[in-house]
Amino acid sequence: MHIEINGESAEVEKAIPLAALIATLSLADTRIAVEVNGELVPRSRFDQHLLGPGDRVEIIQAVGGG
Amino acid sequence: MSQTPAQFDRLTIAGQEYGSRLLVGTGKYKDLAETTRAIEASGAQIVTVAVRRTNIGQTPGEPNILDVLPPERYTILPNTAGCYDVDTAVRTCRLARELLDGHNLVKLEVLGDDKTLLPDVVATLAAAEILVKDGFDVMVYTNDDPIMAKRLEELGCVAVMPLAAPIGSGLGIRNRLNILTIIENVKVPVLVDAGVGTASDAAVAMELGCAGVLMNTAIAAARNPVLMAGAMRKAIEAGREAYLAGRMAPKRFASASSPLTGLFF
Repeated sequence: MHIEINGESAEVEKAIPLAALIATLSLADTRIAVEVNGELVPRSRFDQHLLGPGDRVEIIQAVGGG
Repeated sequence: MSQTPAQFDRLTIAGQEYGSRLLVGTGKYKDLAETTRAIEASGAQIVTVAVRRTNIGQTPGEPNILDVLPPERYTILPNTAGCYDVDTAVRTCRLARELLDGHNLVKLEVLGDDKTLLPDVVATLAAAEILVKDGFDVMVYTNDDPIMAKRLEELGCVAVMPLAAPIGSGLGIRNRLNILTIIENVKVPVLVDAGVGTASDAAVAMELGCAGVLMNTAIAAARNPVLMAGAMRKAIEAGREAYLAGRMAPKRFASASSPLTGLFF
């Protein structure tokens, strides 16, 4: 199915858990936070949260800033 | 030996005490090594970071700013830089809280346009209200407007941070009287945020009675950022001590420093 990750379109398997997507992107164990469709998904729910077609996933991190 | 002001004159923000009154940003440095050295030289304990999209599929294992800011040493202050509306500012704070394991302290800035980077105070008020209700400790970037500073305090912000001049401009404190009126009008700490250019600007802010100063470009864009970071630390301390000492009253005409009696000529 088709989803969007940080503004880029991506093909992923149907109903993939968020945790699996993050692992696929080699981002497990990195300091990130995730929103799906504008709503924060806490880390504790990455396993249960299943992605649906057209979901917009935002994966963020801290960067230098003032 | 007597105590230094840093030992007894502590800055308290949201119930947490700090010895340093200089808060620094982590943007615009050449690399993380320079960032680390400059922050160390500044003596800052509160350090701002921004929140941005992770690069997907690029340079895995790339060093992260949080790796060089050990949480036992620094209080991380995530900002909402780049947010031009209430919704993105609130979302950014919620993401930052999740990123920092429930840490509630945030620097709220909602900008009006990208030419001036001046705050959109109407949106800032609205975002501050939502964030305070959501349990955040909000340090809020705002204009040098005493009325708005009061409103933001009334909403429950833990610190009010008026600009000295536009972000990254290095123009110094453009309206000292407004900064002074803000300090007189609110009870929460007032920190000058943005617009400082060099050490004397920071000292002036502290002499006016500010609780602290937050800066980034003044250090990062100096020819020698590490040296400037040390200069800023000293300026903040000197300005604070001068404020606590209470300056002499300015006079129009001279007043001799040496005795006028016992002259032998």
